[in-house]
Amino acid sequence: MGRTLAEKVWDDHVVRRAEGEPDLLFIDLHLLHEVTSPQAFDGLRKSGRQVRRLDLTIATEDHNTPTLDIDKPIADPVSRIQLETLRKNCADFGVRLHPLGDVEQGVVHVVGPQLGLTQPGMTVVCGDSHTSTHGAFGGLAFGIGTSQVEHVLATQTLPLVRPKTMAITVDGELPDGVTAKDLILAIIARIGTGGGQGYVLEYRGSAIEKLSMEARMTICNMSIEAGARAGMIAPDQTTFDYLEGRPHAPKGEDWDAAVAYWKTLKTDEDAEFDAEVVIKADELAPFVTWGTNPGQGAPLSADVPDPASYEDASERLAAEKALEYMGLEAGQPLRSIKVDTVFVGSCTNGRIEDLRAAAELVKGRKVADGVRMLVVPGSARVGLQAVSEGLDVVFKEAGAEWRHAGCSMCLGMNPDQLAPGERSASTSNRNFEGRQGKGGRTHLVSPQVAAATAVLGHLASPADLSDAPVAAGV
Amino acid sequence: MEAFTTHTGRAVPLRRSNVDTDQIIPAHWLKKVTRDGFEDGLFEAWRKDPSFILNQPERKGATVLVAGPDFGTGSSREHAVWALQNFGFKAVISSRFADIFRGNSLKNGLLTVIVEQKIVDALQELTEKDATAEVTVDLEAREVRAAGITAAFELDENARWRLLNGLDDISITLQNEADIAAYEAKRPSYKPRTLQS
Ligand code: SF4
Repeated sequence: MGRTLAEKVWDDHVVRRAEGEPDLLFIDLHLLHEVTSPQAFDGLRKSGRQVRRLDLTIATEDHNTPTLDIDKPIADPVSRIQLETLRKNCADFGVRLHPLGDVEQGVVHVVGPQLGLTQPGMTVVCGDSHTSTHGAFGGLAFGIGTSQVEHVLATQTLPLVRPKTMAITVDGELPDGVTAKDLILAIIARIGTGGGQGYVLEYRGSAIEKLSMEARMTICNMSIEAGARAGMIAPDQTTFDYLEGRPHAPKGEDWDAAVAYWKTLKTDEDAEFDAEVVIKADELAPFVTWGTNPGQGAPLSADVPDPASYEDASERLAAEKALEYMGLEAGQPLRSIKVDTVFVGSCTNGRIEDLRAAAELVKGRKVADGVRMLVVPGSARVGLQAVSEGLDVVFKEAGAEWRHAGCSMCLGMNPDQLAPGERSASTSNRNFEGRQGKGGRTHLVSPQVAAATAVLGHLASPADLSDAPVAAGV
Repeated sequence: MEAFTTHTGRAVPLRRSNVDTDQIIPAHWLKKVTRDGFEDGLFEAWRKDPSFILNQPERKGATVLVAGPDFGTGSSREHAVWALQNFGFKAVISSRFADIFRGNSLKNGLLTVIVEQKIVDALQELTEKDATAEVTVDLEAREVRAAGITAAFELDENARWRLLNGLDDISITLQNEADIAAYEAKRPSYKPRTLQS
């Protein structure tokens, strides 16, 4: 019988297989950041171990870094200690590090692909659940805990039990104004936050094949929000074109050999998945979340659901709690929800294509009164690219704040946070209670919906902007 | 890692589903660079409410958490496991755990026990009525026991063996050094490197 893409990549990385034991898998790329690595380096020191493969390891700073005044000392002493600890660990062990201020610094999941370090058929790990992002290139990429970080540092391998596979087939064409973000939010709402548990998801079908690499990364990024540790998309010409010429992409003969191998990385016709979900792209619309987990979402044209409409008791309770936390009423149109903050950024939607899409919509328009819009490139390089295209000016002229690269308001670990009770439309990936700051309320949206929302002051789709015409002469 | 054979203790019934790792330990706690001292961050937001179950004096010293389905979803932070352990929990019982959380827990010797929801319900009912009721998690017999309740649980043999013997994963893997070296020797040259040699 044929094999799925996930199975092929898995098999190619088995270092050791023995009855009754998990497979020992080789890890091709290990990404590090300041939050989940200190205790791992500590463990190495205690046991007198070294980093086995410095040439397969790279670190950057993202979660704690401020996005303003980056040349000044970091104000929060605890954040500062965490960054200093990473710097010391990287220096002591010899790990390549891109610290704040470096041109290659940025959110770890933006940095790997843009350097060309993330390639098809690889195993990629990082102490961060959104490592699933890298699966967009057709590799197995997943988040690991700190004990596993230490394990990979010491051995460049991980003992793992082979996951099951689930096909998510998306056929047809996404309607105008409907993005990869809307698609993945709709998938999570369909299968639930636990629906992908124990599976590697493979996104396939004609709608997926048409997506850019950026859009594919957005989708794979949020696989974890459906409970799956990894999501992947078979590599194709789009993937090869994205990679060619990047700093760490293979060159010359190596490139040809690599592409020949990458072309074999497809699920065989006769392979079987353990589960399958089919989604019709044509039926999708802009999607937003109303609750406190990424599965609590609905099309923007819908109303806030009535918890009483849920048959399952625990879902009903979860919906009640979510509405209470979010300060929403059942039956209220989603479009009537006013926000005070709009965040465009994160490893989900902080790439150049996302910034271009948001910029196009705010261009010549103004951010609504009382709304603060933060635009944060996913990496310093994305920031530079945006500046070279004049996007920073577009955002600033519209009244948005243009910031330096980092995780920023995706999570409340750095100065960019929501105050209690504040409400955001955010292009990030998690709307958990307090994720963006204590008491903050988050609606997950696409960059396009974020931009329209910023202009109109309430959750809105790009199509709603026809009521807010571009100022004459701009 | 400490070996885990069997444990008996009082329990805390946590009637919430989908408890994510941000609830277990909020992000601002992740700035610490050690593995201990996370106990005060455990369920920090909920603990501000004096009526929250963990704040009840009769729950003091409880060591088994009986949680709703989908416990530990969200981020990969191992701090969630450390926080539960620092607080004093030895085992968590639920009908479903998030994968990464479960992996992390077993690596640290926090036993995550999967039983059917009706068993979770029964355990929650029992321990809600009687805060002194004891729950036993027996890894040797792969069984959860409490007054009137006995339920078997699954755990793969390898994970069980490691827990029972308190074995550290890295030393086990390093016994296979020759396999790793052999694999490395045949890796294709086109695979990327972070350092230019
Ligand atoms: S941007 Fe958000 S989700 Fe991505 S790595 Fe940073 S904190 Fe995590």
